[in-house]
Amino acid sequence: MLSQESLQQIDREIAKYPPDQKQSAVMSALRIAQVEKGWLPKELIEFVASYLDMPAIAAYEVASFYNMYDLEPVGRHKITVCTNLPCALSGGVHAADYLKEKLGIEFNETTPDGKFTLKEGECMGACGDAPVMLVNNHHMCSWMTKEKIDQILAELESK
Amino acid sequence: MSASGLILAGVDGDRTWGLQDYVARGGYSALRKIISEKIPPETIIAELKASSLRGRGGAGFPTGLKWSFMPRSFPGAKYLACNSDEGEPGTFKDRDILRYNPHTVIEGMTIAAYAMGCERGYNYIHGEIFEVYERFEAALAEARAAGLLGQKILGSEFSFELFAHHGYGAYICGEETALLESIEGKKGQPRFKPPFPASYGLYGKPTTINNTETFASVPFIINMGGEGFLNLGKPNNGGTKLFSVSGHVNRPGNYEIAMGTPFAELLEMAGGMRGGRKLKAVIPGGSSAPVLSGSVMMDCTMDYDSISKAGSMLGSGAVIVMDETTCMVKALERLSYFYFEESCGQCTPCREGTGWLYRVVHRIENGLGRKEDLDLLNSVTGNIMGRTICALGDAASMPVQSFIKHFGSEFEYHIENKKCLVPPEVQYEGSQIYVRP
Repeated sequence: MLSQESLQQIDREIAKYPPDQKQSAVMSALRIAQVEKGWLPKELIEFVASYLDMPAIAAYEVASFYNMYDLEPVGRHKITVCTNLPCALSGGVHAADYLKEKLGIEFNETTPDGKFTLKEGECMGACGDAPVMLVNNHHMCSWMTKEKIDQILAELESK
Repeated sequence: MSASGLILAGVDGDRTWGLQDYVARGGYSALRKIISEKIPPETIIAELKASSLRGRGGAGFPTGLKWSFMPRSFPGAKYLACNSDEGEPGTFKDRDILRYNPHTVIEGMTIAAYAMGCERGYNYIHGEIFEVYERFEAALAEARAAGLLGQKILGSEFSFELFAHHGYGAYICGEETALLESIEGKKGQPRFKPPFPASYGLYGKPTTINNTETFASVPFIINMGGEGFLNLGKPNNGGTKLFSVSGHVNRPGNYEIAMGTPFAELLEMAGGMRGGRKLKAVIPGGSSAPVLSGSVMMDCTMDYDSISKAGSMLGSGAVIVMDETTCMVKALERLSYFYFEESCGQCTPCREGTGWLYRVVHRIENGLGRKEDLDLLNSVTGNIMGRTICALGDAASMPVQSFIKHFGSEFEYHIENKKCLVPPEVQYEGSQIYVRP
Protein backbone atom coordinates (compact mmCIF):
# COMPACT_ATOMS: atom_id res chain seq x y z
CA MET A 1 0.00 0.00 0.00
CA LEU A 2 3.00 2.28 0.54
CA SER A 3 6.12 2.62 -1.57
CA GLN A 4 9.37 0.93 -0.63
CA GLU A 5 10.84 4.35 0.09
CA SER A 6 8.06 5.26 2.52
CA LEU A 7 8.40 1.92 4.29
CA GLN A 8 12.14 2.47 4.66
CA GLN A 9 11.45 5.88 6.18
CA ILE A 10 9.00 4.31 8.61
CA ASP A 11 11.59 1.67 9.54
CA ARG A 12 14.06 4.41 10.37
CA GLU A 13 11.46 5.97 12.69
CA ILE A 14 10.75 2.64 14.40
CA ALA A 15 14.47 2.29 15.15
CA LYS A 16 14.34 5.44 17.32
CA TYR A 17 12.29 3.67 19.98
CA PRO A 18 12.83 0.65 22.24
CA PRO A 19 12.12 -2.61 20.34
CA ASP A 20 8.87 -3.27 22.22
CA GLN A 21 7.55 0.26 21.58
CA LYS A 22 6.90 0.30 17.84
CA GLN A 23 3.67 2.23 18.39
CA SER A 24 5.78 5.29 19.22
CA ALA A 25 6.50 5.60 15.51
CA VAL A 26 2.82 6.00 14.62
CA MET A 27 2.92 9.81 14.35
CA SER A 28 5.81 9.71 11.92
CA ALA A 29 4.39 6.75 10.04
CA LEU A 30 1.05 8.50 9.50
CA ARG A 31 2.91 11.62 8.38
CA ILE A 32 4.99 9.63 5.89
CA ALA A 33 1.88 7.85 4.59
CA GLN A 34 0.05 11.16 4.20
CA VAL A 35 2.94 12.72 2.30
CA GLU A 36 2.89 9.84 -0.18
CA LYS A 37 -0.88 9.54 -0.63
CA GLY A 38 -2.04 13.12 -0.04
CA TRP A 39 -4.46 12.22 2.76
CA LEU A 40 -5.27 9.37 5.13
CA PRO A 41 -8.14 7.13 4.05
CA LYS A 42 -9.27 4.53 6.60
CA GLU A 43 -7.54 1.68 4.78
CA LEU A 44 -4.23 3.51 4.90
CA ILE A 45 -4.53 4.11 8.64
CA GLU A 46 -5.31 0.40 9.08
CA PHE A 47 -2.27 -0.50 7.03
CA VAL A 48 -0.01 1.73 9.15
CA ALA A 49 -1.49 0.19 12.31
CA SER A 50 -0.82 -3.34 11.16
CA TYR A 51 2.70 -2.40 10.08
CA LEU A 52 3.33 -1.19 13.64
CA ASP A 53 1.52 -4.13 15.29
CA MET A 54 -1.02 -1.89 16.95
CA PRO A 55 -4.83 -1.94 16.91
CA ALA A 56 -6.32 0.00 13.99
CA ILE A 57 -8.52 1.98 16.35
CA ALA A 58 -5.45 3.21 18.26
CA ALA A 59 -3.92 4.55 15.05
CA TYR A 60 -7.24 6.11 14.08
CA GLU A 61 -7.41 7.82 17.48
CA VAL A 62 -4.03 9.40 16.78
CA ALA A 63 -4.93 10.39 13.21
CA SER A 64 -8.12 12.09 14.38
CA PHE A 65 -6.59 13.78 17.43
CA TYR A 66 -3.78 15.75 15.76
CA ASN A 67 -5.07 18.35 13.35
CA MET A 68 -2.35 18.18 10.68
CA TYR A 69 -3.52 14.74 9.56
CA ASP A 70 -6.10 14.99 6.80
CA LEU A 71 -8.84 12.41 7.09
CA GLU A 72 -10.53 13.74 3.98
CA PRO A 73 -9.04 14.53 0.58
CA VAL A 74 -7.43 17.96 0.25
CA GLY A 75 -6.23 19.92 -2.75
CA ARG A 76 -2.77 19.33 -4.15
CA HIS A 77 -1.53 22.18 -1.99
CA LYS A 78 -2.86 22.78 1.49
CA ILE A 79 -2.34 26.29 2.78
CA THR A 80 -2.83 26.95 6.47
CA VAL A 81 -2.85 30.53 7.74
CA CYS A 82 -2.47 31.44 11.38
CA THR A 83 -5.12 33.92 12.58
CA ASN A 84 -4.41 33.64 16.30
CA LEU A 85 -4.05 36.87 18.29
CA PRO A 86 -0.32 37.64 17.89
CA CYS A 87 -0.54 37.00 14.14
CA ALA A 88 -3.83 38.91 13.85
CA LEU A 89 -2.13 41.99 15.34
CA SER A 90 0.32 41.92 12.43
CA GLY A 91 -2.10 41.15 9.62
CA GLY A 92 -2.83 37.41 9.87
CA VAL A 93 -6.55 37.92 9.26
CA HIS A 94 -5.92 40.31 6.36
CA ALA A 95 -3.54 37.79 4.79
CA ALA A 96 -6.19 35.08 5.14
CA ASP A 97 -8.80 37.37 3.59
CA TYR A 98 -6.49 38.05 0.68
CA LEU A 99 -5.96 34.31 0.13
CA LYS A 100 -9.72 33.72 0.23
CA GLU A 101 -10.22 36.44 -2.36
CA LYS A 102 -7.41 35.20 -4.62
CA LEU A 103 -8.46 31.56 -4.48
CA GLY A 104 -12.20 32.25 -4.42
CA ILE A 105 -12.75 29.90 -1.51
CA GLU A 106 -13.43 30.06 2.23
CA PHE A 107 -11.61 28.19 4.99
CA ASN A 108 -11.91 24.39 4.73
CA GLU A 109 -12.74 24.59 1.03
CA THR A 110 -10.86 23.40 -2.04
CA THR A 111 -10.65 25.22 -5.37
CA PRO A 112 -12.75 23.57 -8.13
CA ASP A 113 -9.57 22.55 -10.00
CA GLY A 114 -8.42 20.63 -6.92
CA LYS A 115 -5.20 22.60 -6.61
CA PHE A 116 -5.62 24.48 -3.33
CA THR A 117 -7.21 23.88 0.05
CA LEU A 118 -7.32 26.72 2.56
CA LYS A 119 -7.26 26.11 6.32
CA GLU A 120 -7.30 28.35 9.37
CA GLY A 121 -4.47 27.39 11.67
CA GLU A 122 -3.78 27.72 15.34
CA CYS A 123 -0.49 28.94 16.77
CA MET A 124 2.48 27.64 14.79
CA GLY A 125 5.07 29.03 17.17
CA ALA A 126 6.31 31.65 14.70
CA CYS A 127 4.41 34.75 15.86
CA GLY A 128 7.40 37.03 15.30
CA ASP A 129 7.22 36.26 11.57
CA ALA A 130 3.54 37.16 11.21
CA PRO A 131 1.70 36.90 8.90
CA VAL A 132 2.67 33.25 8.62
CA MET A 133 1.39 30.47 6.41
CA LEU A 134 2.20 26.80 6.22
CA VAL A 135 2.33 25.12 2.81
CA ASN A 136 1.54 21.40 2.75
CA ASN A 137 2.16 21.09 6.50
CA HIS A 138 5.93 21.26 6.26
CA HIS A 139 7.01 24.46 4.62
CA MET A 140 6.62 27.65 6.62
CA CYS A 141 6.38 30.98 4.83
CA SER A 142 7.16 34.02 6.95
CA TRP A 143 6.38 37.73 6.60
CA MET A 144 3.60 37.27 4.10
CA THR A 145 2.65 40.31 2.07
CA LYS A 146 0.17 40.38 -0.79
CA GLU A 147 3.07 40.30 -3.25
CA LYS A 148 4.69 37.30 -1.58
CA ILE A 149 1.38 35.47 -1.45
CA ASP A 150 0.94 36.10 -5.20
CA GLN A 151 4.42 34.78 -5.84
CA ILE A 152 4.01 31.62 -3.74
CA LEU A 153 0.62 30.83 -5.27
CA ALA A 154 2.12 31.22 -8.75
CA GLU A 155 4.96 28.84 -7.88
CA LEU A 156 2.59 26.27 -6.42
CA GLU A 157 0.24 26.59 -9.39
CA SER A 158 2.88 25.06 -11.65
CA LYS A 159 3.73 22.21 -9.27
CA MET B 1 15.80 36.44 15.33
CA SER B 2 17.12 39.56 16.86
CA ALA B 3 19.40 40.32 19.77
CA SER B 4 22.07 38.19 21.33
CA GLY B 5 22.98 37.16 24.86
CA LEU B 6 24.33 33.70 25.69
CA ILE B 7 22.22 31.23 23.80
CA LEU B 8 21.88 33.40 20.73
CA ALA B 9 25.39 34.84 20.92
CA GLY B 10 27.32 34.57 17.69
CA VAL B 11 24.30 33.21 15.93
CA ASP B 12 22.87 35.49 13.36
CA GLY B 13 22.02 33.56 10.29
CA ASP B 14 21.36 30.23 8.73
CA ARG B 15 25.00 29.33 8.28
CA THR B 16 26.07 29.11 11.89
CA TRP B 17 23.94 26.28 13.22
CA GLY B 18 26.40 23.50 12.37
CA LEU B 19 28.79 21.63 14.63
CA GLN B 20 31.93 23.29 13.36
CA ASP B 21 30.68 26.79 14.12
CA TYR B 22 29.24 25.70 17.45
CA VAL B 23 32.59 24.30 18.51
CA ALA B 24 34.28 27.51 17.33
CA ARG B 25 31.94 29.41 19.66
CA GLY B 26 33.14 27.23 22.55
CA GLY B 27 30.49 24.56 22.08
CA TYR B 28 30.81 21.12 23.71
CA SER B 29 33.53 22.42 26.05
CA ALA B 30 31.20 21.92 29.02
CA LEU B 31 30.56 18.29 28.07
CA ARG B 32 34.27 17.68 27.44
CA LYS B 33 35.12 19.17 30.81
CA ILE B 34 32.60 17.00 32.64
CA ILE B 35 33.80 13.84 30.96
CA SER B 36 37.54 14.49 31.15
CA GLU B 37 37.42 15.67 34.76
CA LYS B 38 34.86 12.99 35.71
CA ILE B 39 32.78 15.61 37.50
CA PRO B 40 30.30 13.84 39.80
CA PRO B 41 26.59 14.18 38.91
CA GLU B 42 25.88 15.69 42.35
CA THR B 43 28.26 18.56 41.58
CA ILE B 44 26.43 19.31 38.34
CA ILE B 45 23.06 19.35 40.08
CA ALA B 46 24.53 21.59 42.80
CA GLU B 47 25.72 24.05 40.12
CA LEU B 48 22.26 24.04 38.57
CA LYS B 49 20.73 24.83 41.94
CA ALA B 50 23.26 27.61 42.55
CA SER B 51 22.43 29.12 39.17
CA SER B 52 18.78 29.65 40.10
CA LEU B 53 17.84 28.47 36.62
CA ARG B 54 14.07 28.14 36.50
CA GLY B 55 12.12 26.22 33.88
CA ARG B 56 11.85 28.29 30.73
CA GLY B 57 8.76 26.59 29.37
CA GLY B 58 6.32 28.53 31.48
CA ALA B 59 6.07 27.09 34.96
CA GLY B 60 9.38 28.51 36.23
CA PHE B 61 10.13 25.47 38.40
CA PRO B 62 13.74 25.36 39.69
CA THR B 63 15.61 23.08 37.30
CA GLY B 64 18.24 21.82 39.77
CA LEU B 65 15.51 20.74 42.14
CA LYS B 66 13.66 18.93 39.36
CA TRP B 67 16.83 17.05 38.43
CA SER B 68 17.36 16.01 42.03
CA PHE B 69 13.98 14.23 42.02
CA MET B 70 15.24 11.62 39.58
CA PRO B 71 15.99 8.33 41.32
CA ARG B 72 19.56 7.90 40.09
CA SER B 73 19.96 4.46 41.59
CA PHE B 74 16.74 3.16 40.04
CA PRO B 75 17.70 0.05 38.10
CA GLY B 76 16.60 -0.04 34.48
CA ALA B 77 15.76 2.55 31.90
CA LYS B 78 15.46 6.23 32.70
CA TYR B 79 14.45 8.80 30.12
CA LEU B 80 14.98 12.42 29.30
CA ALA B 81 12.57 14.50 27.25
CA CYS B 82 12.90 17.96 25.81
CA ASN B 83 9.71 19.93 25.36
CA SER B 84 9.99 21.83 22.08
CA ASP B 85 6.25 21.67 21.47
CA GLU B 86 5.99 25.39 21.33
CA GLY B 87 2.42 26.37 20.52
CA GLU B 88 1.43 28.87 23.17
CA PRO B 89 0.26 31.92 21.23
CA GLY B 90 3.04 34.51 21.39
CA THR B 91 5.88 32.05 22.02
CA PHE B 92 8.46 31.42 19.31
CA LYS B 93 11.84 31.23 21.06
CA ASP B 94 12.48 27.48 20.98
CA ARG B 95 12.12 27.52 17.21
CA ASP B 96 14.99 30.01 16.95
CA ILE B 97 17.15 28.12 19.43
CA LEU B 98 16.65 24.88 17.49
CA ARG B 99 17.22 26.33 14.06
CA TYR B 100 20.14 28.61 14.92
CA ASN B 101 21.82 26.79 17.79
CA PRO B 102 20.61 23.17 17.94
CA HIS B 103 23.87 21.83 19.37
CA THR B 104 23.48 23.79 22.57
CA VAL B 105 20.28 21.81 23.21
CA ILE B 106 22.03 18.54 22.37
CA GLU B 107 24.93 19.39 24.67
CA GLY B 108 22.57 20.50 27.45
CA MET B 109 20.52 17.31 27.18
CA THR B 110 23.64 15.15 27.15
CA ILE B 111 24.89 16.82 30.33
CA ALA B 112 21.45 16.36 31.88
CA ALA B 113 21.47 12.68 30.93
CA TYR B 114 24.89 12.31 32.55
CA ALA B 115 23.70 14.04 35.73
CA MET B 116 20.53 11.97 36.05
CA GLY B 117 21.71 8.65 34.66
CA CYS B 118 19.41 8.62 31.62
CA GLU B 119 20.36 6.39 28.73
CA ARG B 120 17.90 7.68 26.16
CA GLY B 121 16.16 10.93 25.34
CA TYR B 122 13.68 12.46 22.95
CA ASN B 123 13.24 16.01 21.76
CA TYR B 124 9.57 16.56 21.05
CA ILE B 125 9.32 19.22 18.35
CA HIS B 126 6.17 21.15 17.39
CA GLY B 127 4.78 19.65 14.17
CA GLU B 128 4.23 23.00 12.48
CA ILE B 129 7.96 23.71 12.45
CA PHE B 130 8.82 20.57 10.52
CA GLU B 131 11.81 22.20 8.83
CA VAL B 132 13.29 22.78 12.28
CA TYR B 133 12.70 19.12 13.14
CA GLU B 134 14.70 18.18 10.05
CA ARG B 135 17.50 20.53 11.03
CA PHE B 136 17.61 19.08 14.54
CA GLU B 137 17.91 15.60 13.05
CA ALA B 138 20.84 16.84 10.95
CA ALA B 139 22.50 18.28 14.07
CA LEU B 140 22.00 14.95 15.87
CA ALA B 141 23.73 13.16 13.01
CA GLU B 142 26.67 15.57 13.24
CA ALA B 143 26.99 15.03 17.00
CA ARG B 144 26.83 11.24 16.63
CA ALA B 145 29.46 11.24 13.90
CA ALA B 146 31.76 13.32 16.12
CA GLY B 147 31.43 10.92 19.07
CA LEU B 148 29.58 13.50 21.13
CA LEU B 149 26.40 11.45 21.27
CA GLY B 150 25.60 7.74 21.28
CA GLN B 151 27.64 4.91 22.73
CA LYS B 152 30.78 5.66 24.80
CA ILE B 153 30.67 9.41 24.42
CA LEU B 154 34.15 10.93 23.90
CA GLY B 155 35.64 7.53 24.65
CA SER B 156 34.17 7.36 28.16
CA GLU B 157 31.85 4.76 29.67
CA PHE B 158 28.94 7.18 29.39
CA SER B 159 26.38 6.50 26.66
CA PHE B 160 23.32 8.50 25.71
CA GLU B 161 21.04 8.08 22.70
CA LEU B 162 19.00 11.09 21.63
CA PHE B 163 16.27 11.25 18.99
CA ALA B 164 13.80 13.74 17.58
CA HIS B 165 10.05 13.14 17.74
CA HIS B 166 7.57 15.47 16.09
CA GLY B 167 4.08 16.54 17.04
CA TYR B 168 1.43 17.07 14.38
CA GLY B 169 -0.88 19.81 15.52
CA ALA B 170 -2.00 19.59 19.14
CA TYR B 171 -1.27 22.41 21.59
CA ILE B 172 -2.00 20.12 24.53
CA CYS B 173 1.16 18.09 23.86
CA GLY B 174 3.12 20.95 25.41
CA GLU B 175 1.74 19.65 28.71
CA GLU B 176 4.46 17.31 29.90
CA THR B 177 2.43 14.17 30.51
CA ALA B 178 0.46 14.65 27.27
CA LEU B 179 3.84 14.93 25.57
CA LEU B 180 4.87 11.57 27.02
CA GLU B 181 1.61 9.97 25.88
CA SER B 182 2.29 11.39 22.43
CA ILE B 183 5.81 9.91 22.31
CA GLU B 184 4.21 6.59 23.24
CA GLY B 185 2.13 6.89 20.06
CA LYS B 186 -1.17 7.83 21.64
CA LYS B 187 -3.58 10.75 21.73
CA GLY B 188 -1.98 13.55 23.69
CA GLN B 189 -4.21 13.50 26.74
CA PRO B 190 -2.60 14.53 30.03
CA ARG B 191 -2.14 12.00 32.79
CA PHE B 192 -3.35 12.41 36.31
CA LYS B 193 -0.54 13.45 38.69
CA PRO B 194 0.74 11.95 40.96
CA PRO B 195 2.55 9.81 40.05
CA PHE B 196 4.89 12.44 38.65
CA PRO B 197 7.10 11.70 35.64
CA ALA B 198 10.20 11.41 37.86
CA SER B 199 8.73 8.16 39.16
CA TYR B 200 6.37 7.12 36.34
CA GLY B 201 7.16 8.80 33.04
CA LEU B 202 7.83 7.63 29.50
CA TYR B 203 6.94 3.93 29.10
CA GLY B 204 6.34 3.94 32.86
CA LYS B 205 9.99 4.70 33.66
CA PRO B 206 11.49 7.64 35.57
CA THR B 207 11.62 10.62 33.23
CA THR B 208 12.62 14.26 33.40
CA ILE B 209 11.11 16.78 31.02
CA ASN B 210 12.58 20.24 30.51
CA ASN B 211 11.99 23.02 28.03
CA THR B 212 14.36 23.61 25.10
CA GLU B 213 15.68 26.89 26.46
CA THR B 214 16.26 25.31 29.87
CA PHE B 215 18.50 22.64 28.31
CA ALA B 216 20.16 25.26 26.13
CA SER B 217 21.21 27.18 29.27
CA VAL B 218 22.94 24.18 30.86
CA PRO B 219 26.30 24.29 28.99
CA PHE B 220 26.69 27.96 29.94
CA ILE B 221 26.03 27.20 33.60
CA ILE B 222 28.71 24.51 33.58
CA ASN B 223 31.18 26.82 31.84
CA MET B 224 30.66 29.93 33.94
CA GLY B 225 29.58 28.20 37.15
CA GLY B 226 26.19 28.40 38.81
CA GLU B 227 27.05 31.63 40.55
CA GLY B 228 28.28 33.30 37.38
CA PHE B 229 25.01 32.46 35.62
CA LEU B 230 22.93 33.66 38.55
CA ASN B 231 24.77 36.97 38.59
CA LEU B 232 23.76 37.64 34.99
CA GLY B 233 20.22 38.01 36.26
CA LYS B 234 19.00 38.80 39.73
CA PRO B 235 18.50 36.74 42.90
CA ASN B 236 15.99 33.89 42.48
CA ASN B 237 15.85 34.77 38.75
CA GLY B 238 19.18 33.60 37.37
CA GLY B 239 20.64 34.10 33.94
CA THR B 240 19.53 35.55 30.66
CA LYS B 241 16.21 34.70 29.10
CA LEU B 242 14.76 34.84 25.64
CA PHE B 243 11.72 37.02 25.23
CA SER B 244 9.54 36.61 22.16
CA VAL B 245 8.06 39.99 21.38
CA SER B 246 5.07 39.99 19.03
CA GLY B 247 2.21 42.28 18.15
CA HIS B 248 2.26 46.02 17.64
CA VAL B 249 6.00 46.71 17.77
CA ASN B 250 8.34 47.79 15.00
CA ARG B 251 10.69 44.81 15.27
CA PRO B 252 8.92 41.67 16.48
CA GLY B 253 11.44 38.96 17.32
CA ASN B 254 13.41 37.21 20.04
CA TYR B 255 15.52 39.21 22.43
CA GLU B 256 17.84 37.53 24.91
CA ILE B 257 18.30 39.81 27.89
CA ALA B 258 19.32 39.57 31.53
CA MET B 259 16.53 38.66 33.90
CA GLY B 260 15.37 41.82 35.61
CA THR B 261 15.73 44.10 32.58
CA PRO B 262 12.99 46.78 32.58
CA PHE B 263 10.11 46.13 30.20
CA ALA B 264 10.59 49.64 28.78
CA GLU B 265 14.08 48.62 27.62
CA LEU B 266 12.79 45.45 25.97
CA LEU B 267 10.12 47.46 24.18
CA GLU B 268 12.82 49.82 22.98
CA MET B 269 14.92 46.90 21.68
CA ALA B 270 11.89 45.67 19.77
CA GLY B 271 11.80 49.00 17.98
CA GLY B 272 9.15 50.66 20.11
CA MET B 273 5.46 50.94 19.33
CA ARG B 274 4.45 50.57 15.70
CA GLY B 275 3.53 53.87 14.08
CA GLY B 276 4.31 55.62 17.37
CA ARG B 277 0.89 54.57 18.67
CA LYS B 278 0.03 54.34 22.34
CA LEU B 279 0.59 51.14 24.32
CA LYS B 280 -2.70 49.74 25.57
CA ALA B 281 -2.08 46.27 26.97
CA VAL B 282 0.54 43.57 27.26
CA ILE B 283 0.27 39.84 27.82
CA PRO B 284 3.70 39.26 29.36
CA GLY B 285 4.05 35.48 29.36
CA GLY B 286 2.16 33.83 26.53
CA SER B 287 -1.58 33.80 25.89
CA SER B 288 -2.36 31.94 29.11
CA ALA B 289 -0.88 34.65 31.30
CA PRO B 290 -3.19 37.36 32.64
CA VAL B 291 -3.18 40.54 30.55
CA LEU B 292 -1.81 43.73 32.13
CA SER B 293 -2.53 47.33 31.22
CA GLY B 294 0.25 49.12 29.39
CA SER B 295 0.91 51.54 32.25
CA VAL B 296 1.35 48.73 34.81
CA MET B 297 3.65 46.93 32.41
CA MET B 298 5.86 49.98 31.91
CA ASP B 299 6.76 49.78 35.62
CA CYS B 300 7.70 46.08 35.50
CA THR B 301 11.05 44.42 35.08
CA MET B 302 11.23 41.20 33.07
CA ASP B 303 11.65 38.46 35.69
CA TYR B 304 9.43 35.94 37.45
CA ASP B 305 9.04 37.94 40.66
CA SER B 306 8.27 41.38 39.20
CA ILE B 307 5.66 40.13 36.73
CA SER B 308 4.09 37.94 39.37
CA LYS B 309 3.84 40.91 41.74
CA ALA B 310 2.06 42.88 39.01
CA GLY B 311 -0.56 40.13 38.85
CA SER B 312 0.54 38.08 35.88
CA MET B 313 3.12 35.43 35.01
CA LEU B 314 6.42 35.52 33.15
CA GLY B 315 5.38 32.16 31.69
CA SER B 316 7.33 31.31 28.57
CA GLY B 317 8.51 34.91 28.10
CA ALA B 318 6.14 35.60 25.24
CA VAL B 319 5.33 39.28 25.25
CA ILE B 320 2.25 40.16 23.20
CA VAL B 321 2.06 43.91 22.74
CA MET B 322 -1.25 45.59 21.89
CA ASP B 323 -1.73 49.24 21.01
CA GLU B 324 -4.73 51.53 21.23
CA THR B 325 -6.22 50.21 17.97
CA THR B 326 -6.94 46.85 19.62
CA CYS B 327 -10.43 45.85 20.65
CA MET B 328 -9.97 43.87 23.85
CA VAL B 329 -13.20 41.93 23.36
CA LYS B 330 -12.12 40.79 19.93
CA ALA B 331 -8.64 39.92 21.24
CA LEU B 332 -10.15 37.77 23.99
CA GLU B 333 -12.61 36.20 21.56
CA ARG B 334 -9.71 34.91 19.45
CA LEU B 335 -7.85 33.52 22.44
CA SER B 336 -10.98 31.86 23.81
CA TYR B 337 -11.58 30.22 20.46
CA PHE B 338 -8.03 28.83 20.61
CA TYR B 339 -8.54 27.12 23.98
CA PHE B 340 -11.94 25.81 22.90
CA GLU B 341 -10.33 24.34 19.78
CA GLU B 342 -7.37 22.89 21.67
CA SER B 343 -9.05 21.41 24.74
CA CYS B 344 -8.34 17.68 24.54
CA GLY B 345 -11.83 16.86 25.74
CA GLN B 346 -10.81 14.60 28.58
CA CYS B 347 -12.22 16.65 31.48
CA THR B 348 -15.80 17.90 31.34
CA PRO B 349 -15.20 21.32 32.97
CA CYS B 350 -12.59 22.20 30.33
CA ARG B 351 -14.25 20.54 27.33
CA GLU B 352 -17.62 22.19 27.99
CA GLY B 353 -16.35 25.29 29.79
CA THR B 354 -14.03 26.46 27.03
CA GLY B 355 -16.98 26.23 24.64
CA TRP B 356 -19.08 28.36 26.97
CA LEU B 357 -16.32 30.93 27.31
CA TYR B 358 -15.88 31.24 23.56
CA ARG B 359 -19.58 31.41 22.77
CA VAL B 360 -20.31 34.07 25.38
CA VAL B 361 -17.35 36.28 24.41
CA HIS B 362 -18.31 35.75 20.76
CA ARG B 363 -21.83 36.99 21.33
CA ILE B 364 -20.58 40.06 23.24
CA GLU B 365 -18.21 40.86 20.37
CA ASN B 366 -21.07 40.48 17.90
CA GLY B 367 -23.47 42.82 19.68
CA LEU B 368 -25.60 40.10 21.26
CA GLY B 369 -24.16 40.34 24.76
CA ARG B 370 -26.44 40.37 27.78
CA LYS B 371 -26.07 42.31 31.01
CA GLU B 372 -25.40 39.18 33.04
CA ASP B 373 -22.70 37.90 30.68
CA LEU B 374 -19.68 39.16 32.58
CA ASP B 375 -20.89 37.44 35.75
CA LEU B 376 -21.59 34.36 33.69
CA LEU B 377 -18.05 34.36 32.29
CA ASN B 378 -16.55 34.69 35.76
CA SER B 379 -18.78 31.91 37.02
CA VAL B 380 -17.74 29.59 34.17
CA THR B 381 -14.04 30.24 34.85
CA GLY B 382 -14.65 29.51 38.53
CA ASN B 383 -16.12 26.17 37.55
CA ILE B 384 -13.17 25.26 35.34
CA MET B 385 -10.20 26.34 37.42
CA GLY B 386 -8.72 23.72 39.68
CA ARG B 387 -11.20 21.10 38.49
CA THR B 388 -9.27 19.57 35.63
CA ILE B 389 -6.38 17.15 35.23
CA CYS B 390 -4.04 19.63 33.57
CA ALA B 391 -3.57 23.39 33.42
CA LEU B 392 -5.25 24.03 30.04
CA GLY B 393 -8.52 24.83 31.80
CA ASP B 394 -6.77 27.39 33.99
CA ALA B 395 -4.94 28.72 30.94
CA ALA B 396 -8.27 29.29 29.19
CA SER B 397 -9.76 30.97 32.25
CA MET B 398 -7.00 33.40 33.21
CA PRO B 399 -7.23 35.52 30.05
CA VAL B 400 -11.02 35.80 30.49
CA GLN B 401 -10.75 36.86 34.12
CA SER B 402 -7.94 39.34 33.53
CA PHE B 403 -9.42 40.91 30.39
CA ILE B 404 -12.66 41.53 32.30
CA LYS B 405 -10.78 42.76 35.36
CA HIS B 406 -8.58 45.27 33.54
CA PHE B 407 -10.76 46.18 30.58
CA GLY B 408 -14.24 45.57 32.00
CA SER B 409 -15.57 48.92 30.85
CA GLU B 410 -14.81 47.97 27.25
CA PHE B 411 -16.85 44.79 27.64
CA GLU B 412 -19.71 46.74 29.26
CA TYR B 413 -19.64 49.28 26.43
CA HIS B 414 -19.93 46.42 23.94
CA ILE B 415 -22.91 44.94 25.75
CA GLU B 416 -24.74 48.26 26.14
CA ASN B 417 -24.01 49.81 22.76
CA LYS B 418 -23.82 46.62 20.68
CA LYS B 419 -20.62 47.89 19.14
CA CYS B 420 -16.97 48.39 19.88
CA LEU B 421 -15.39 51.24 21.77
CA VAL B 422 -12.59 51.25 19.19
CA PRO B 423 -14.10 52.24 15.81
CA PRO B 424 -13.94 49.42 13.22
CA GLU B 425 -11.87 51.47 10.79
CA VAL B 426 -9.27 52.12 13.50
CA GLN B 427 -9.09 48.40 14.28
CA TYR B 428 -8.85 47.61 10.59
CA GLU B 429 -5.93 49.96 10.17
CA GLY B 430 -4.16 48.65 13.27
CA SER B 431 -4.32 45.03 12.16
CA GLN B 432 -2.99 45.56 8.62
CA ILE B 433 -0.38 43.24 7.19
CA TYR B 434 2.85 44.42 8.74
CA VAL B 435 5.63 44.94 6.24
CA ARG B 436 9.01 44.99 7.94
CA PRO B 437 10.97 48.11 7.11
